[in-house]
Amino acid sequence: MSHDPKSSTQSPVVQIRGLTKSYRVYQKKEGLAASLRGLFHREYREVKAVRGIDLAVEQGEFVAFLGPNGAGKTTTLKLLSGVINPTSGQATVMGYVPWKRENAYRRRFALVMGQKNQLWWDLPAQESFRLHQQIYRIDRESFERTRDELTELLEIRELLTQPVRELSLGERMKMELTAALLHSPDVLFLDEPTIGLDVVAQHNIQQFLKRYQAERQITILLTSHYMKDVAALCKRVVIIAQGRIEYDGSLSGIIDSFSGHKVVTLQFAADDAMKDLERFGQVLEIVPPRAKLRISRGDVPKTLAAILSQHVIEDVVVEDPPLEEVIADAFARAKNDRNESVGPLNEPSATAGSPS
Amino acid sequence: MYARVATWWTILRICLEERLVYRGDFALGTLMRFLPIVTQIFLWQAVFAASGRSELAGYAEPHVVAYYLLTMLSRAFSSMPGLASGITQQIRNGEVKKFLIQPVDMLSFLLLGRIAHKVAYYSVACLPFALVFFLCRGYFSDLPPEAATHSLATFGAFLATLIMGFVLGYFLEASLGLVGFWWLEVRSLLFVYMLLSFFLSGHMFPLDMLPQPWRTIVEVLPLQYLAYFPAAVFLGKVTGWELVQGLWVEFAWMLFFVTAARVMLYRGFKRYSGFGG
Repeated sequence: MSHDPKSSTQSPVVQIRGLTKSYRVYQKKEGLAASLRGLFHREYREVKAVRGIDLAVEQGEFVAFLGPNGAGKTTTLKLLSGVINPTSGQATVMGYVPWKRENAYRRRFALVMGQKNQLWWDLPAQESFRLHQQIYRIDRESFERTRDELTELLEIRELLTQPVRELSLGERMKMELTAALLHSPDVLFLDEPTIGLDVVAQHNIQQFLKRYQAERQITILLTSHYMKDVAALCKRVVIIAQGRIEYDGSLSGIIDSFSGHKVVTLQFAADDAMKDLERFGQVLEIVPPRAKLRISRGDVPKTLAAILSQHVIEDVVVEDPPLEEVIADAFARAKNDRNESVGPLNEPSATAGSPS
Repeated sequence: MYARVATWWTILRICLEERLVYRGDFALGTLMRFLPIVTQIFLWQAVFAASGRSELAGYAEPHVVAYYLLTMLSRAFSSMPGLASGITQQIRNGEVKKFLIQPVDMLSFLLLGRIAHKVAYYSVACLPFALVFFLCRGYFSDLPPEAATHSLATFGAFLATLIMGFVLGYFLEASLGLVGFWWLEVRSLLFVYMLLSFFLSGHMFPLDMLPQPWRTIVEVLPLQYLAYFPAAVFLGKVTGWELVQGLWVEFAWMLFFVTAARVMLYRGFKRYSGFGG
């Protein structure tokens, strides 16, 4: 419960309109001569990391950002946590403009980056937690209660007195999460929270996040490369590719929107010849007596009927293609579409001058 | 206000604990600090012996040694090992983001870290320091009546120069480190600074031994307050109106670098959030 009037309105917790972010990147050409020229005249390339995003996230939603590397997911999280300023567009989180970096806002959200360490390396995590208590002005009682609850849930209680540098990657991530949640943020941004973790640790963190979010009903935005994270946690998925939102909806809806195909696995009778299967669809695999075909979604009933009338079939399985594959296809398609419609994506727009 | 003090105290306490983790480095660092002074004593003994004089540029032989001992003390306050390079490194590797995301001010946070560092270090190092000064007490005899050994007012002024030297040293080096927002690599800049500072702060020799126009040049620079000025005040070489003026100029330099660091941090964050991240 928050007493801030800014959050009491019914408007979405996160509201983004037309958000863009471009970076200027110094283009260094190969060779010493080019390096020397670079001393006087520098060429920059403009990289459009985020190209106009509109998004609204309601209180209590758990949203996943999916996308290939460099799609703009992390940039979006950085914009929302106020680390960077946008090139254009607007965003509010709980009514605050993130890049104004007001302390009132900073006390109400947390950003956890899987590859960055916030804890003091040489000290036990409990010391870092104490520091967070002070920085976020958490009163002693609720600090101790939250800390005990979190460390209990994450099963790291006995590790609190051990220097952080001696913890395993998984244990450290749990400590990072605890540190980020001590001030009970209303909004949590997670950037690849399970990166580099083994399956067990990934699962533990997923379970924890799921439970925590369900209990507290906080709003969480997560980026991840692991489809398992997403499938376990998020009802809503936003696919970002080439700095734009390509899809916004449920995880299962991705297949409906991006895949026009089904994968049909047929088990033939022992005496069936299994000939001329190409007529029915793209043959993915033949391991007699089984064959796997890729068939257009709309043609499935008709094609199946044809197959059944011409062959002796013992078993049929009709499946959606694997989600990873569909998403990879979707990413590739987004890239191709854009290349065809607006020309080269990262077209160098060279501007000369000094960075300062 | 109470909350702020509590925050400061926690930061101070945690930084102290962190310093105490590195026990080996700590012990070695303390010991090494006293090595140069021994070589300086031998060097100046040789210089005086070769010149055949008992006084050089207003310094009697024992007072040159006293000068070195005192600059060692003032540098104990004003030197900030690793501060500028640490800030630049944080900018480069993105750790600086922490100060954009969390409700904590970077300059205050690092300042408290520095205070903790100094307190931890000198609460242990004060013993060997006291021993060295005790053993070298002979070098402090025959000082003029204005010297801190005779005048409480001078001693007070000496303490003031030490404390201002600490603040000046901190904000000066922090400003240098914050240049990292504009230049990715500041190692050469820091090297030049260290070199200049070594000569122009009076660490190498008493600055009043310099001929004109060098004398005037070092007097208008802030570096003399990091080593020379406190020692000169202690030895009674800066007195009366000159002392009052010196203290005010030091104070002004201190304010200048506090402001410079603040402005650079503000603009640096603005630049960082505009271009990088």
